[in-house]
Amino acid sequence: MAVKKFVVGNFDDEAVLFPAVKKVRRAGYKIHDVFTPFPIHGLDHAMGLRDTSLHTAGFIYGITGTTTAVSFITWALTVDWQLNFGGKPFFSLPAWIPITFELTVLFAAVGMVLTFCYLCQLAPFVKKDHFNPRSTDDTFVMALECTDKTNEAEVIGFLESIGAKEVKVDYKETGWWLGRYDKDTKRFEKKAEAVH
Amino acid sequence: MSIRENFVVPKRYNTIAISLMVVGILAIVGLYVTSGSKDDAHHQARFWASLLQNSVYFLLVVNASMFFICATTLAWGGWQMAFRRVPEAISAVVPVVGVICAAILLAITFGGQHAIYHWSDTEHVKHDPTLLHKEGFLNKGFFAVATVLTVVLWSVLGWKMRQLSRSLDNEPLKTVEERRKYIWKNTVWAAGYIVVFALTVMSSLPWLWLMSIDAHWYSTMYSWYTFASTFVAGMALIALFVVFLKNNGYLEYATNEHLHDIGKFMFAFSVFWTYLWFSQFMLIWYANIPEETVYFKPRAEGAYSGIFWLMFLINFLAPLLILMTRGAKRNYGTITFMALLIIFGHWLDFYQMVFPSPMTDEKGVTHVPMILYDFGVALGFVGLIMFAVGRALSKAPLLAKNHPFIKESLIHHT
Repeated sequence: MAVKKFVVGNFDDEAVLFPAVKKVRRAGYKIHDVFTPFPIHGLDHAMGLRDTSLHTAGFIYGITGTTTAVSFITWALTVDWQLNFGGKPFFSLPAWIPITFELTVLFAAVGMVLTFCYLCQLAPFVKKDHFNPRSTDDTFVMALECTDKTNEAEVIGFLESIGAKEVKVDYKETGWWLGRYDKDTKRFEKKAEAVH
Repeated sequence: MSIRENFVVPKRYNTIAISLMVVGILAIVGLYVTSGSKDDAHHQARFWASLLQNSVYFLLVVNASMFFICATTLAWGGWQMAFRRVPEAISAVVPVVGVICAAILLAITFGGQHAIYHWSDTEHVKHDPTLLHKEGFLNKGFFAVATVLTVVLWSVLGWKMRQLSRSLDNEPLKTVEERRKYIWKNTVWAAGYIVVFALTVMSSLPWLWLMSIDAHWYSTMYSWYTFASTFVAGMALIALFVVFLKNNGYLEYATNEHLHDIGKFMFAFSVFWTYLWFSQFMLIWYANIPEETVYFKPRAEGAYSGIFWLMFLINFLAPLLILMTRGAKRNYGTITFMALLIIFGHWLDFYQMVFPSPMTDEKGVTHVPMILYDFGVALGFVGLIMFAVGRALSKAPLLAKNHPFIKESLIHHT
C-alpha cells in the first residue's frame, strides 16, 4: 500500500478519450489506468495492455478437476469400497464421465471467478481509492502516475491540449484496505509520505 | 486500390480436381471389379457400402454450408457476410452430389442389396416381427419419396437463398425500408430451409439412410449425432476454402477475426459431437440390453475398435486440445491441418457407421475391408467438390457488397 501522486484527466467523451490515450502513449507518459463508465472495445489494445492469462489459469483448474474426479472415483470404487453395479466392472469409466465433466467445469468456473476477484482485488469489505466517483456514471478518467522528475504543469497542459475537460494533481492510495468509506480517512492524512 | 472481386480458377486447381475425380472413378471401377461384380451378396454389399458411405457423407457435408447460411441469416447475424460467398459456393454443389447420392441409395434399395438394407427384402420382412412393425417407415416407397423429396427441397431452397444473395450484386438497395424488406425476405426463406433441414438431417433422414443398415437396432440420438458430425466437417470445409482464397489473395475483407469465429465453430461442434456420441454410447452401455449393445459390439470392442477409437481421438481430443487457444484459431497452418483432420475423422466416423453390419458374414464374423479403394472413392468425391466449388466461386463476386449487414462484418472483431 502506498499513496502516490497522480495527474488525473477527466474526459466527457469516448471519442475524445480514445485518441487521447494513443497520444499520451506516443508522448511517452505512463498511464496508470483508465476508468470508464462502460467497457470500450479496443481500449485495452490502445493502452497496450497484454492479454489476460485467465484462460490459462482456467485450463489448469479444469484439468485439476478432471484429475481429481477420475483419481478419487477410481480409488473409491476400485480400491477402497468396491461396489457391484449391475455386474459392471469396478473400473467402469463411462459411468464416471458425467461426474468428471461436472467437476472439470466446477473447478474451472470457481477457480476462474476467484482468480478474477484476486486479480481485480475484489472481495467483501475490501475498499479502494477512487480517482473520480463519476467514472461510474458519465466521466472517463485517465490517471498518469508522477515520478519525482515529472513536471506537473507540463503534463496538465498536455492533457488539456488533447481534450481533457478537467485536469488536477491528486494523491491517491493505490492499494486496498479493509474498512468503511465513510469513517476511514487515514489515507488522506498520509499525503506527505507520498512515494515518488 | 481495387479489390479482387472475382475468383479466377487457377489451372493447377482444376488439374488437381480433375485428377482426383479420375482417381475416384478408377477406384470405383477397381472396387466394382474386385467386389461389386461378384455373385455373392457380401461382396456386392462391400462395393455399395463404400459408395453409400462416401456419397451420403459428402452430401451432408456440403449441405451443412447451407445450414450455416440459413442459421446465421435467421439469427440476423452479420459477421459472416465477409466470406458468405464461400458457403454459398459450397452449397451450390448440393444438387450435383445429391443426384449421385440419391441414385446410389435408390440403386441399393431397388437393386436388391439386402445385405445393406435388410428391410428392402420384402420376403424376409414377412417373417421378421421387428421389421414388420417398422414397415410403415422402412419400405421402398417411403424411402424413395423421402430421398428424392429431400434432395429436391435442399437444392431448390438453397438455390433460392443464393439467388436472393446475388440479386443485390448489381442493384444496391436504396432506402432503409427496402433493406428491411430484403432482410425479412431472407429470413422467411432461411426459416423455410431450416424447417426442411430439421425434418430431414436433424430428425429422420439419417435413420432412413444410415441407421436402417442396422434395421433391428435404433437410437433416437442417431440423427443429431449425424448432424453434428457433418456440421463440424462442413465448417472445416468452409475454413479450408476461406484459407485457400486468403492465401491466393482473395477475400481481403475476411480477416483473422472471421477465421477465429469459424475456428470456434469447429472447436465447439467437435465438443458437441462428442457429447452426442457419448450420450448415445453411455445409455446403451449402462442399460446393457443385448438388442441395443449389438450395435457397439463390433464397433467398440470387435473388429472395428481400431477405427472407432481412432476417430474418437481425431474428432474429440485433437480439436479439444489443439483448437483450444486463441492463437491456434487464428493460425492458417493450424486451421488447415485441423480442418483436414476433422473432415477425415468424420469420414472415418461414417465408415464405422456404415460398414460393420453389411460386413458381418453368415457365421457372425465381422470383417474390416478398408483398402486403398475406399480412400480412392473419397478422393473422387473430394475432387468433384473441389471442381464444382471452384466453378461456383468464380461465377459470382466474392463479396456480397450490397448486403445491408456488410459493414457489420467488415468491422467485426471478436
